[in-house]
Amino acid sequence: MNITAAKYGTAELEPERGNTRVIATIDGVEMQIPLDPANRHYAAVLEWVAEGNTIQDAD
Amino acid sequence: MSKAAELAALIGSQSSLSNRNLIINGAMQVAQRGTSAVAAAANYPSIDRFKAWENTDGAYTVEQSTTVPAGFTTSLKAQVTTADTSLAAAQYAQLSQQIEAQNLQSLVYGTNDAKTVTLSFYVRSNKTGSYSITIYKDDATSYLFNKSYTIDSADTWERKSITITPDSNIKASGGAIANDNGIGFYVFWNLAAGTNFDDATDNTWSSNTSHYNTSSQVNWMDSTSNNFYLTGVQLEVGEQATAFEHRSIGDELRRCQRYFMAFSDVSGNNRYFGNRYSTSNGFVNLALPVTMRATPTVAITDQQTTTGLDIASYNSADRLALYMTSVAPYVSGATANAEL
Repeated sequence: MNITAAKYGTAELEPERGNTRVIATIDGVEMQIPLDPANRHYAAVLEWVAEGNTIQDAD
Repeated sequence: MSKAAELAALIGSQSSLSNRNLIINGAMQVAQRGTSAVAAAANYPSIDRFKAWENTDGAYTVEQSTTVPAGFTTSLKAQVTTADTSLAAAQYAQLSQQIEAQNLQSLVYGTNDAKTVTLSFYVRSNKTGSYSITIYKDDATSYLFNKSYTIDSADTWERKSITITPDSNIKASGGAIANDNGIGFYVFWNLAAGTNFDDATDNTWSSNTSHYNTSSQVNWMDSTSNNFYLTGVQLEVGEQATAFEHRSIGDELRRCQRYFMAFSDVSGNNRYFGNRYSTSNGFVNLALPVTMRATPTVAITDQQTTTGLDIASYNSADRLALYMTSVAPYVSGATANAEL
């Protein structure tokens, strides 16, 4: 997977949960990804971070 | 030994007479993403649970086909669309199915009781010669098993059977497969591979994660005339292949939906309407027919509004709640992806 951007998102109705998703561009497609390590897209984002990249903070 | 005794011995060597196929959708019946040809790109182009890998200077597509051996109605068809006659060392083309680790616990890998399994499948290609399969076991130590097989006759269905016997490494602790929802086995059908991957010894387990095949592997990518059909895939405990276990379409669909769920035509013509939650927002709640392997990544092709759109935060492996700033929310073309 080619990840070119990633930013955290929150849940509007439950702000107390903090970050609840990553909005990432993978292979040219913007995706909303749950923070589940078993989710292969989130696993790819974590690998991308391990390579030195950074997930931007939520707005 | 009498025929009856031989039969009894054979039955006794198998794990079960039903639900013995560890492969999902082995008859290629379910194609929720679509039946038409789509380019391979480390993706699931058509047939559920079958992934297509392509890293060459060429290209190929995958689709559902009705070219089948007797007793089947569908097959997976791969077709080269751009040839690569000279593969670079790190290039490859493969098909695979990833098997969830907790579905492989009956193999008791990592113990002295580790089971022998047999992979069988029907295959057909215009390009004859030596092909190979690879079993890639990622937990706890990575080991690869490769075995060559030959397509003897062009454009003719042939059934292949490959027995995979655990060696001392598989029976040791490093051979264990974690009891979780991660990948237990990759089962690869190798179509082409550069020299980085062809140092394997046939019919042998290896801890070298580049040992996918031997140098006898054909370069299936070398002509746009080349096709490759696959169906009747079965992986079962035991030393011999048994007849393919045909399961109902409903059974296979439910098994597939643990990993991918299409709520409507993927082209997105059907709307799923939701409900108002407060004076300014609402949810589209979508029930999942089976608990998915993990919290899925949801995609949609259309929605009432993108304002406040949140299709991830309120989901779990067994329900989807898609939020937006609208009191009359809807989405179209929803899919949920929890593939391995």
